[in-house]
Amino acid sequence: MSTTGVSEAETGTIVNDFVLHVATANGSGSQTSNMVLLRALFGMGIPVSGKNLFPSNIQGLPTWFTIRANKDGYIARKQDADIVVCMNPETSDEDVEAAREGAVLIYEESLNLSDKRPDCIHYAVPFKKLIAECCPDLRLRKLVINMLYVGVCAQLFSMDMDEIKKALGVQLAGKQKAIDINQPALEFAYNWAAENLKKVDPFSVEKMNANEGKIIIEGNAATALGLMFGGVTVVTWYPITPSSSLCEYLEGYLNQYRMKDGKKTFAVVQAEDEIAAVGMLAGAGWAGARAFTSTSGPGISLMNEFIGLGYFAELPFVICNVARTGPSTGLPTRTMQGDVISLFYASHGDTKHVVLIPNTPKEAFEMGGESLNLAEELQTPVFILSDLDLGMNYWMSDRFDYPTEPFRRGKVLDKDELEKLGGKWGRYADVDGDGIPYRTIPGTDHPKAAYFTRGTGHTPQATYSEKPEHWKGNMDRLTRKFETAKTMVPKPEIKDDGHAVGVLYFGTTHEAIREAAVKLEEKHALKLDLCRVRAFPFTQEVEDFLHKHERVYVVELNRDGQMRMVLNAELPHFSSKLHSVRHYDGMPLTADIVVEAIVSKEREA
Amino acid sequence: MAGTAAPKPPETNRAGLMKKDYAGSKSTLCIGCGHDLITARIIDACYDLSIKPEQLVKLSGIGCSSKTPAYFISRSFSFNSVHGRMPSIATGTALANRNLKMIGVSGDGDTANIGIGQFSHIMRRNLDLVYIVENNGVYGLTKGQFSATADKGSKLKHGAVNQAHAIDLCALAVQLGCGFVARLFAGNTKMMRQVMQAAMAYEGLALLDIISPCVTFNNHAGSTKSFPYAKDNEFALQDIGFVPAYDPQYEEMDHGDEREITLGDGSHLTIKALDKDYDPTNRTAALNLLAEYHESGKIPTGIVYINESEPRFVDQLNMADAPLSGLKEDVLRPSKDVLDEVMNSL
Repeated sequence: MSTTGVSEAETGTIVNDFVLHVATANGSGSQTSNMVLLRALFGMGIPVSGKNLFPSNIQGLPTWFTIRANKDGYIARKQDADIVVCMNPETSDEDVEAAREGAVLIYEESLNLSDKRPDCIHYAVPFKKLIAECCPDLRLRKLVINMLYVGVCAQLFSMDMDEIKKALGVQLAGKQKAIDINQPALEFAYNWAAENLKKVDPFSVEKMNANEGKIIIEGNAATALGLMFGGVTVVTWYPITPSSSLCEYLEGYLNQYRMKDGKKTFAVVQAEDEIAAVGMLAGAGWAGARAFTSTSGPGISLMNEFIGLGYFAELPFVICNVARTGPSTGLPTRTMQGDVISLFYASHGDTKHVVLIPNTPKEAFEMGGESLNLAEELQTPVFILSDLDLGMNYWMSDRFDYPTEPFRRGKVLDKDELEKLGGKWGRYADVDGDGIPYRTIPGTDHPKAAYFTRGTGHTPQATYSEKPEHWKGNMDRLTRKFETAKTMVPKPEIKDDGHAVGVLYFGTTHEAIREAAVKLEEKHALKLDLCRVRAFPFTQEVEDFLHKHERVYVVELNRDGQMRMVLNAELPHFSSKLHSVRHYDGMPLTADIVVEAIVSKEREA
Repeated sequence: MAGTAAPKPPETNRAGLMKKDYAGSKSTLCIGCGHDLITARIIDACYDLSIKPEQLVKLSGIGCSSKTPAYFISRSFSFNSVHGRMPSIATGTALANRNLKMIGVSGDGDTANIGIGQFSHIMRRNLDLVYIVENNGVYGLTKGQFSATADKGSKLKHGAVNQAHAIDLCALAVQLGCGFVARLFAGNTKMMRQVMQAAMAYEGLALLDIISPCVTFNNHAGSTKSFPYAKDNEFALQDIGFVPAYDPQYEEMDHGDEREITLGDGSHLTIKALDKDYDPTNRTAALNLLAEYHESGKIPTGIVYINESEPRFVDQLNMADAPLSGLKEDVLRPSKDVLDEVMNSL
């Protein structure tokens, strides 16, 4: 019950701006506690983000949850926590060791950490004793103990208790028994802290109004919703972290909202492996379904042969890659933008693919639906490149807009149209000059509807051919189709104020880049224009951005600068302008990493 | 020219189609290949059952056998896909359109080597698929290497002896839950004709493992998949009859001691045991039979196992009655209220 450290003069000076880092063991119920804290701050109108740093394990290994609350709306990862809650005795020494100078430490009293880190602010709390007092059921104590730090934090940082209770209700919706067990513990700790802890740290929260019309959601759930409202009909998948929750969310939403007369207007099949999952998509897309799977890097590696078939036989389906750290098994529970090259050019021979790259849950929702349109319009596999950070972490987001545009199903000839054409058509003929042929759907009731689909060389009429002119003609048409795709994929998001230096980036680095750009201007007088690439192939606007700027920093989360390599390959005459900023330790980007890299490179420039 | 008889109208089936409407491109396989005999029986069965070509899809992987969908029923959609992965294509196709009838043609390498995983898993799902393995024990397109169905001790053309145990696809299929398992010999036209029709009429997955000798790479002495070996060692388990649903003949037949099975579309399968009193509805008996014959080197042909009571895959999934491929926005896009409800919960 001690409070030691910094003088009282420092208290109460930092409002709505901190990073709270909670260390627990996984499988201990701490996720509920952390989400209650996150949702309560969100409910108080303060911009927040929640990042889960968890082990590739089910129970007992260390896990950390980091909440950033920031009145200015910066919600990227920040390297150093201001407040560290140590609930895991296995890592508490390490956690305390790693705390920044002056950080607030909250820990179990019996860990005897008060002699360590005299530079920090200490709150020793007898969690074990308190749980015995407030939770009579011995079996539940291990799970409920984590609710105590919520109560302590709520008291110390002046969080709104009503918002805390509301958050608990949302988090344990439909589980009244669990609420009845957790809420008393929470209140007990809140009251205990009021009577026993003397506030000596500077952090507090106050209600704001920054979250009007916003939600908190994981990217995987957002993509799933986009697919459901986009009319997905066939979902096949093989479990792999960090993508599994996408198809699980999707199946849950579909079961709830896409039943008709007691039957499913969709099919979800858990395949035996990723090869079968993508093979099912190939069959389903061919036969007229809006077909989808999600996977991660190792799954993409396995799917490569079918991806080439999809490109060459021109089959519509969508694959979302929720990327993780590789190569090999790598770090399955860490993030990376490491599959740029392996996606853009997946499979053997001449292949190039349409890839959509969302940065937020809202965009994940929109691209989920749009991917199905583009796959059918372009008759090709379309990819969504997400990552663990977007997919599995909790993001504040604008509410999603209801899609009102009709589905775009592409060039499909039905029975009547075949009749009008007198049955004369060619599956791979470029009738319109845009490289996109017409197709028929198996089951179309016309004697001339059928064609032979194959991965071997074929003529415009879909007959087998090994002739050089047929092969080259077909490959050139596929190039024309890719050129057409450039006019259809999402354009980049550009902030262009006419500065000489630009930053090109993509996906979830968005929050860190946004914050870095402000810091670079405010602290280093470096003004930058920004280009967030949202799709491959690169549209004209990307080329224009590179053309206009003297130097462009390409920021990405991989060792080799894969996006820069692709830019070099696709837009080679700008290669001397490109400078690479790379971060690749498995953790999301921070603004400071970007600031440091660009400041030092600009000094050299 | 009085008295000249009117020209005889061309013979058609109940769909009003002539046999030539079921034709495919000319085969490019070696002269005498067992696969061409199977192709002919597929055409017969589809014609005889009056299957509309537009309602049929032909699927395959890679290999000599997988080329054969080009040689029958050009009016049907076809998909020659990836080596060993035909089952996944079939699964996806069935999910998109549950009303299509599917024939999948594969080979022993395509199924028992590279495709053993997908084979195993599709046997667990009861798709409406006739899965034909044109089994000759060797790779043809890559010129004569052993496949995983080659018997231990059998010889390649140039003398190499197979040291590995053979995979018995029928035994595997029975064990994994397939409800229609037949072993056939491409040289036994009569039995193939009956069983092919029954397989097409069966609602669910029918596996036909057909010994189909490779005349170029595996028809020599020392092979256990050659025409001469199969002719000498085939042992017909049953005398099999097939009577389509519309045929009144069934009622008039003398059923004697035959086993009668009514298939999903109302047609009738009659099975007269020639062996001891072999019961093809008994799973354990089927596995024992396959093991016993394998030891002896004999090839038991006929319907090894049948169980017509399994629910179909699309029904297990509780899928809508209409093909998913034809559903539109009105059904596929939930209302704005649903989005609002979800947004409010977050």
